[in-house]
Amino acid sequence: MSEIVVDIEVKRFPAMASMQHVTALKGLRFSVALGEFVCVLGPSGCGKTTLLNIVAGLDRDYKGQVIMPGSSTAPDPVLGYVFQSPRLLPWRTVEENIHLVLRSGQDAGIVDELLSITGLSEFRNMYPERLSAGMSRRAALARAFAVQPDLLLMDEPFVSLDESTAQRLRKLLLEIWSRRPTTVLFVTHDTREAIMLADRIIRLTPSPGSVSTMFDVGIPRQQRSDAELIEAWRNQHF
Amino acid sequence: MESSGLRIIGIRLLSFVALVAVWQLAATLAASHLLPSPAAVIAIMSTEIARGELPFHVGITLARAGASFVVAMVIGGAIGIALGRVAALNQFFDGWLVLFLNIPALVTIVLCYVWFGLGESVAIAAVAINKIPNVVVTLREGSRALSRDNLEMAAVYRFGRWKTLRHVVLPELFPFIIAAARSGLALIWKIVLVVELLGRSNGVGFQIYLFFSLFDVASILAYTIAFVAVIQLIEFTILLPLDRRAARWRR
Repeated sequence: MSEIVVDIEVKRFPAMASMQHVTALKGLRFSVALGEFVCVLGPSGCGKTTLLNIVAGLDRDYKGQVIMPGSSTAPDPVLGYVFQSPRLLPWRTVEENIHLVLRSGQDAGIVDELLSITGLSEFRNMYPERLSAGMSRRAALARAFAVQPDLLLMDEPFVSLDESTAQRLRKLLLEIWSRRPTTVLFVTHDTREAIMLADRIIRLTPSPGSVSTMFDVGIPRQQRSDAELIEAWRNQHF
Repeated sequence: MESSGLRIIGIRLLSFVALVAVWQLAATLAASHLLPSPAAVIAIMSTEIARGELPFHVGITLARAGASFVVAMVIGGAIGIALGRVAALNQFFDGWLVLFLNIPALVTIVLCYVWFGLGESVAIAAVAINKIPNVVVTLREGSRALSRDNLEMAAVYRFGRWKTLRHVVLPELFPFIIAAARSGLALIWKIVLVVELLGRSNGVGFQIYLFFSLFDVASILAYTIAFVAVIQLIEFTILLPLDRRAARWRR
């Protein structure tokens, strides 16, 4: 098996005081090839974060299944997860935060390498609360790549940043990804972001989320920072 | 910054001198051996220290307080975290907790001695039992507020139990642990004296009982002041720096 299969029959959130139960996802099926960069695009509230939490194994209360390609040596695939907020441990330094996620036996040299790629080498001993928003996101990126994930989950990691910072981080993400290729499932509501990053875009319907359309992004990787090209492609397809 | 620090020290010093002056005035007016002057108390303190009596009894009491403190923090902390994390457990045991919080220290101590005998470990347990409910309440509040975000992060990156406890849970609970420790120290050292008075033949509590039967107020004050000074020293040299250390990552 060489792909990840997501097959969610239905995901409901139980009724809470005064609120009826909510069906977040329904009949959501797609697969991701190994090494592929897939963007899941959908309006806010369509269940994108719920989808990632299910794939990550954080949420097991759903009907359906997620099939991961297993190898004989490591039955569980290694996950990286970049959350919507950086979720760095505030009482550990930047370096410690990255170092902590390493699996036993993993070469710690990767921490230095990622600190240097993300431009955080000189801030390695700082505590996260002293970092700017952009720097915290970079640290979260470095942490996610440090585990050398089989699958990298990203939940609108550049939301709530100013556009120029977000754009720099997207380029950084592509650069790290080209150096350390892995399968990526990236969730966003931003069409331009999806076109810039993805091999393939999966559009979701409004809640309850299911697959609306899917298409490959035909723009060569070298031209992905060309804003006009992305704009033209967007007008053509959306 | 520095001048305001000096000012605070100045005010503290002034208030301390004022307290001693009031004491001295009252002692002069009373002119009774039941209210000795500060100088008389200091004199007794220094002879007791020279004889080795005072350090011995203060040491014994400190050892008991320390043992009770460790027992209460570990057991109370574990129960508190469990109640904070598991709602069903909390619903079941909440009533018990309220009951234990309201049992007077004296009752716990007497019952412990009656049921388990006048032993050293019983004395330590009696003090710990008085403190445990407070630790439980503090740590329960702390672990209820544990960030789900961080726990999810730890789960995704496969931290496992030990690593999660050490790097995620305990640092987040640290302010609560310190709060429990500081209020614990304040409570425990008072209860230890009662335990000693009722069932031990040494320690500050036993000595105070002895001096009480002799109406020797000067010695009672000498032991009390020496012991309070030691407790304050522990607060300032161990607990306060720990508190500051815990906050070093904050902006």
